[in-house]
Amino acid sequence: MSDPGTTGAPANPKPPMALLAELTYRCPLACPYCSNPTEMTGRKAELTVEQWADVFGQAAALGVLQVHISGGEPASRRDLEEITQAAVEAGLYTNLITSGVGLTAKRLKALDAAGLDHVQLSIQGVDAAAADEIGNYRGGFERKMAVAGWVREIGFPLTLNAVMHRRNLDRLEETIALAVELGARRLEVACVQFHGWATLNRGGLMPTREQAVRARDTVAAARERLRGVLVIDFVPPDYYARYPKACMGGWGSVGLNVTPDGQVLPCHAAASIEGMSFERVQDRGLKEIWRDSAAFNAFRGDAWMQEPCRSCERKTLDRGGCRCQAMAIAGDAAATDPTCSKSPHNAALRAAAEADAVSGAALIYRESPA
Amino acid sequence: MSAGTTLPDQARPVLLRGVRTHWDAVRGNWVLLAPERAIALDEIGAAILAETDGETPFGEIVERLAAKYKAPPEQIATDARRFLTALIDRRMVEALP
Ligand code: SF4
Ligand code: SF4
Repeated sequence: MSDPGTTGAPANPKPPMALLAELTYRCPLACPYCSNPTEMTGRKAELTVEQWADVFGQAAALGVLQVHISGGEPASRRDLEEITQAAVEAGLYTNLITSGVGLTAKRLKALDAAGLDHVQLSIQGVDAAAADEIGNYRGGFERKMAVAGWVREIGFPLTLNAVMHRRNLDRLEETIALAVELGARRLEVACVQFHGWATLNRGGLMPTREQAVRARDTVAAARERLRGVLVIDFVPPDYYARYPKACMGGWGSVGLNVTPDGQVLPCHAAASIEGMSFERVQDRGLKEIWRDSAAFNAFRGDAWMQEPCRSCERKTLDRGGCRCQAMAIAGDAAATDPTCSKSPHNAALRAAAEADAVSGAALIYRESPA
Repeated sequence: MSAGTTLPDQARPVLLRGVRTHWDAVRGNWVLLAPERAIALDEIGAAILAETDGETPFGEIVERLAAKYKAPPEQIATDARRFLTALIDRRMVEALP
């Protein structure tokens, strides 16, 4: 079936490096850009500690080196400490991805005893008013500052994750200063990606083109100034870029995601692709799912690509961009990512982004499942 | 530090907390695990980090590796300094005075 010059999915794909373990979709915050699906399963469907321990063991045997323990808010699970310990015992490097809400000094000490390697703390803004407007949770900012203090006392390496959008991009310098002040080693400046709940909030969150340009310059200058002090990772707003961002090192290439109820996804947004079905860890081994499942093989190799990607010299670099964005905007997950200037949908996408950036739309908050 | 990180001979490099080497049995090589990063190490990288203990001065690490690999110390010093200063810039290694 494949053209000369294209390759299908390999029979034996390289092993994955990273596992995103979404322990729960429950979260006390309600960020309007949450990447969780808009339809979420509740507590009753969540995997148990024993099931997670089994997943971690299988993941390590498959070649996974790092686990990102995430959610929702992972601290919403009272057995987070036990789950973390199970990941450590499987030999995985453990990253906790948290909003901080639900963590106490005592719980952090227990996580330290369990062997947790690293804490990534999200911030929604640089002060209480700004942060709590986005998280829609009063007192959230104060709690985060307390968590950052405890993290520092214990000595965990700290990464600050700041999702940036129209409402806070003008305070990027202050965000960087806060990361330094809190003693973070890394800062992720992640311009909002329009997946999950964020798709409902284009009007409320879309940055302007000027903000996008300024953010890039601000980050470049700060990286130079803070070399050896703070490492800054930058995810630019792709709606204004010429080419799309590369899909996470490639679909089914680097990582996999296990949802709270045990579904195994090639990426956290993959559930948005209509017609794609996912296997569950309760039904099949992780290795078989990684190697053989239809979802993982759907976009491996490049025989699935359409024009203009198929004959584009950049296809090995960006792999045609984001499949979920292609689905959301072009209506076809195998299409060229519409944020690419070569996509036939690009002109409409840019016009819509520019209109969204000046719209005064109110925020639609994420809801938490029971 | 922004004016180019330096690593004097008497400084004692050490991996920061949350950064460690790990034998990757599936791929058959050493990796450096750090916050949100996994870096595959070649033989020389793994050998440098095996000596990076926060006690041994950089100059002595170089001597040990030069003896072990029967290589000229200047060459080892250049490579090891480049490797470790890059990790210092990435907040994975610290040089104790
Ligand atoms: S398909 Fe899109 S959301 Fe999923 S990993 Fe790739 S770039 Fe990210
Ligand atoms: S046409 Fe496809 S492969 Fe080429 S730059 Fe655009 S998205 Fe990437």
